[in-house]
Amino acid sequence: MYVAVKGGERAIENAHRLLAHERRGDPLIPELSLSQISEQLTLAVDRVMTEGSLYDRELAALAIKQARGDLIEAIFLLRAFRATLPRFGASEPVDTGAMTVQRRISAAFKDLPGGQVLGPTFDYTHRLLDHALAVESEAPAPTAAPTPTDAMPRVSDLLAAEDLIESSPQAEPGQAVGDLTREPLSFPAERDLRLQNLARGDEGFLLALGYSTQRGYGRTHPFAGEIRLGEVEVEFFAEEVGFAVPLGRIVMTECQTINQFHGSSTEAPKFTRGYGLVFGRGERKAMTMALVDRALRARELGEEANAPAQDEEFVLSHSDNVQATGFVEHLKLPHYVDFQAELGLVRRMRAEFQAAANDRVSVQEAAE
Amino acid sequence: MNPPAYNFAYLDEQTKRMIRRAILKAIAIPGYQVPFASREMPMPYGWGTGGVQVTAAILGPNDILKVIDQGADDTTNAVSIRKFFARTAGVRTTTNTREATVIQTRHRIPELALSQHQVLVYQVPIPEPLRFLEPRETETRRMHALAEYGLMHVKLYEDIARHGHIATTYAYPVKVDGRYVMDPSPTPKFDNPKMNDCAALQLFGAGREKRIYAIPPHTNVVSLDFDDHPFERYRHDATCELCGTTDSFLDEVITDDKGSRMFVCSDTDYCETRRVLAKTAAHDSVEEAGRG
Repeated sequence: MYVAVKGGERAIENAHRLLAHERRGDPLIPELSLSQISEQLTLAVDRVMTEGSLYDRELAALAIKQARGDLIEAIFLLRAFRATLPRFGASEPVDTGAMTVQRRISAAFKDLPGGQVLGPTFDYTHRLLDHALAVESEAPAPTAAPTPTDAMPRVSDLLAAEDLIESSPQAEPGQAVGDLTREPLSFPAERDLRLQNLARGDEGFLLALGYSTQRGYGRTHPFAGEIRLGEVEVEFFAEEVGFAVPLGRIVMTECQTINQFHGSSTEAPKFTRGYGLVFGRGERKAMTMALVDRALRARELGEEANAPAQDEEFVLSHSDNVQATGFVEHLKLPHYVDFQAELGLVRRMRAEFQAAANDRVSVQEAAE
Repeated sequence: MNPPAYNFAYLDEQTKRMIRRAILKAIAIPGYQVPFASREMPMPYGWGTGGVQVTAAILGPNDILKVIDQGADDTTNAVSIRKFFARTAGVRTTTNTREATVIQTRHRIPELALSQHQVLVYQVPIPEPLRFLEPRETETRRMHALAEYGLMHVKLYEDIARHGHIATTYAYPVKVDGRYVMDPSPTPKFDNPKMNDCAALQLFGAGREKRIYAIPPHTNVVSLDFDDHPFERYRHDATCELCGTTDSFLDEVITDDKGSRMFVCSDTDYCETRRVLAKTAAHDSVEEAGRG
């Protein structure tokens, strides 16, 4: 029973036990290990780390296992854990220009310093179900590419050298980094907070918004200037020793879009950019983040802003899937006090309506 | 992996201090919504994360906690939150309204008048009373700053023009201390008068929306209305079938598929206390009759 008048406690306990049982599934089937999830459901783990805002493959794998593969639930588990972690400070800005690249493509130039590196991608695969995967199989060893030795400058930096694109915002050492998990978001929000919000935002929601800008709702003429995926080093400035010490290397995907900008009488025309950066191999998310980032810069760039993707309050207030799923699903909680109050009013209004209708009938009868 | 160890009442002390600062500001400006850096809690948004964070920030080891949902101590979410604090803070819990020092609630205010040693913590889904009239936070904050509440009166007036009544039956807006219009959380408007001049401190926590607000003890709280359409409480015109009271807010319980129904108190502790008292009184009078 949904709300036992007594026994809610026992009902909850039993529901939890049943859930654990269902999660395990058929006990004759071997149980999933965290390393299996982390190694073979790589992109799920990447998404959970990105939207969960915590780079820890093992914990993300645990969350996916515990959530029975429901990624939003897994993101929620990771976020709730993250909220309890102490903060030691912020890392130094990550230098994606120095990334050890696994994949790097530009849709703007046919060839460029460092070359196009396709890397592990679904692009150009035929989406045919591969029945060979239905049984255990061994993937052939990949052909070993020569380790890229050339520097791989970012496309945006190449364009910036000619002043054809707006330059990257300069780092402001000593300036505190915005963090919407520590300070509530207020509007208008600066770009650092917007990007943080988008990085944590739901991939599906941002995908739809990014898509809408391509279909004319706030068009920004994007080119995929560059997408790069690979390992970067994370450094932390340690007060005690007086210099930045490396914490480790993480895999990230970065997308920079090149977008049009007409310039003005005082400013020569140049391209603008949108920026996306995510943990792991979340290429779709990085791209859509860049589209939405650029759309949200409408105010800053003096563009007309009347499409949903350009509406900062609308986008940033609804992008978080943990918040969204919580509030939508809370409709399952009992609301009978409020419903009773509404029921009372509707009954009273119906009674009044009926009385008025009866009056009309009797007046009519009297007239006849 | 080692299981993580959690602090007293789950939240770390730094977070609690941040929340307490927001609470103090909220008490200093009655009815004003103070933004705070709400954390992800181990229960979903919409399940009372704001109330839980407020409770976690004010709870001390000697507190006695009561948690109600829809007025009842035994609804599943109330049970779950009570267990959460019993486990993470080790505090005593109770269902007895009089005994509790902190009462966390969703959708109701207890029938029993609260006293000065008590704090009532409300779970709030949408803290902004103007939200459904104006979806933009930037706009509603400006309206509050200028005390520009005409839109709310227009809405209530339109209700009367269209339905003959103010069609707001819960989350009925109030004006606090003559200044801020405030959302009382989705309590039925039957409960609104209890907020006025209440001896207990009332704290409101909205986790997803990251807002805390407060009504200090003995603050003037007025439900918005018109001279010719004064505020009215509503309760089902019926008697509780369990305790016989005619003055509490009632739940309608459908008992079969032929239209039979009964009414029972929504406040389970109020109902039980009345039944125990009635039983003792009956017992005493039997004994007295026996002696006489």
